[in-house]
Amino acid sequence: MTTIAELPPGFADKVLSAQSTFRSVMDAMARPGSVQRIVPMAGAPGVMMRGTAAIALTLFDHDTPLWLDARMAESSDVTKWLKFHTGAPVVQDSSVASFALISDGGALPALERFALGTSEYPDRSTTVIIQVDSLSSGRSFELRGPGIDGVAALHASIKPFDLFERLRMNEALFPRGIDVVLVADDAVVAIPRTTRVVSKGS
Amino acid sequence: MNAPAYNFAYLDEQTKRMIRRAILKAIAIPGYQVPFASREMPMPYGWGTGGVQVTAAILGPQDVLKVIDQGSDDTTNAISIRKFFAKTAGVATTTATDEATVIQTRHRIPETALHANQVLVYQVPIPEPLRFLEPRETETRRMHALAEYGLMHVKLYEDIARFGHIATAYAYPVKVNARYVMDPSPTPKFDNPKMDNCPALQLFGAGREKRIYAIPPYTQVVSLDFEDHPFEPYRFNAPCALCGAENSYLDEIVTDDKGGRMFVCSDTDYCEGRQAAGHHGSLSAAPYKEKAGSHG
Repeated sequence: MTTIAELPPGFADKVLSAQSTFRSVMDAMARPGSVQRIVPMAGAPGVMMRGTAAIALTLFDHDTPLWLDARMAESSDVTKWLKFHTGAPVVQDSSVASFALISDGGALPALERFALGTSEYPDRSTTVIIQVDSLSSGRSFELRGPGIDGVAALHASIKPFDLFERLRMNEALFPRGIDVVLVADDAVVAIPRTTRVVSKGS
Repeated sequence: MNAPAYNFAYLDEQTKRMIRRAILKAIAIPGYQVPFASREMPMPYGWGTGGVQVTAAILGPQDVLKVIDQGSDDTTNAISIRKFFAKTAGVATTTATDEATVIQTRHRIPETALHANQVLVYQVPIPEPLRFLEPRETETRRMHALAEYGLMHVKLYEDIARFGHIATAYAYPVKVNARYVMDPSPTPKFDNPKMDNCPALQLFGAGREKRIYAIPPYTQVVSLDFEDHPFEPYRFNAPCALCGAENSYLDEIVTDDKGGRMFVCSDTDYCEGRQAAGHHGSLSAAPYKEKAGSHG
């Protein structure tokens, strides 16, 4: 009893909060580089940001194996909260995960270790959700690709520093690849596998 | 018990999560058909069950919904789906294209240019553009994996060999983001150019075939063709009989059994907007009156 009472709450209104959060994530995915806000807030356990928690409640369930980075996995607050509110199984093997939650970007494993999908089923890939310091200030990046009218600019403070260099593997792998969702508190930016990012320095 | 009979927007939350995950993958891989666990809906297959499930998964209380069937807001399919969401989600509905945030469509793209705050949801009967050329799902899936689309060009070439031109008039295949060949659903090929570089997000739902696919905004969509037989949108060579539009897609309406016919805009909202703005066509000036003695 006490364990559950101590858990941070989920959405106050499960249905409409999930819808609103999904639209923010969908808009982020459809318009890479644009910063979307997640409005409805749930309690966020431990090292998990409010935006990450809302996305977890919106997209995770028993059908979505999760891979947690060490900092997330070590936090019993996080694992208990995920188990209680989403029921999503936490897996050790990152290559079978539907979603990966990364709180310490500096320790992001090689992206090849996540599911990249197959040529026949490129959708069977891991969506990697990375918590970052800021999506409004920091180094500037130029983004191109579907969803972007010409060029989009993103100012972000991200770890790992070479994330976008690493994501260039998406170029050769397409249609296989990794989709990334960046979260900074309540701000969300998505970098689907079609997006090409060029660093413009600071 | 005051418990509502349905969840918001009809579908249960687990189903919505599953559909939402499929939509995100579909956006990330433009033109690729993502399999999803399509549900039975309270309407038959062929009535837009795929589009309805996509709409139900994205719709929120602030949305304004428009539903069209072959361009018309007033046909049975459009009215029943609009009422379905007015009832199960309580959303505002409209017939005005520019006021809508979500537009569900069967077989047309509105004439009014779409803007960035809109989502266009297509109802799709057969999502696989290669299906009539290759019935095996295992084979078409491999063809997509290898981007092996020669067969589609052979099909278009056979049109040319037989008719002298590409005779495919609807569901005209497109290539999305220079990778996947995609079925735009049975829209007339007149609408194909509107899909290219469109500011709105385009989502496609096929309920019976259990596929969701997408075109993100500002994405290149090219209609397949040949250098010596370039893609040409087709339109009846006539102005709309009600609003005089010279550049809208027209329906041909047979008016009697003596060969009489009229051509009117298929997009009712566009046509009504133009008439309200003072545009007239050849048949709109005089309202129809029964001639005295015509029934003997």
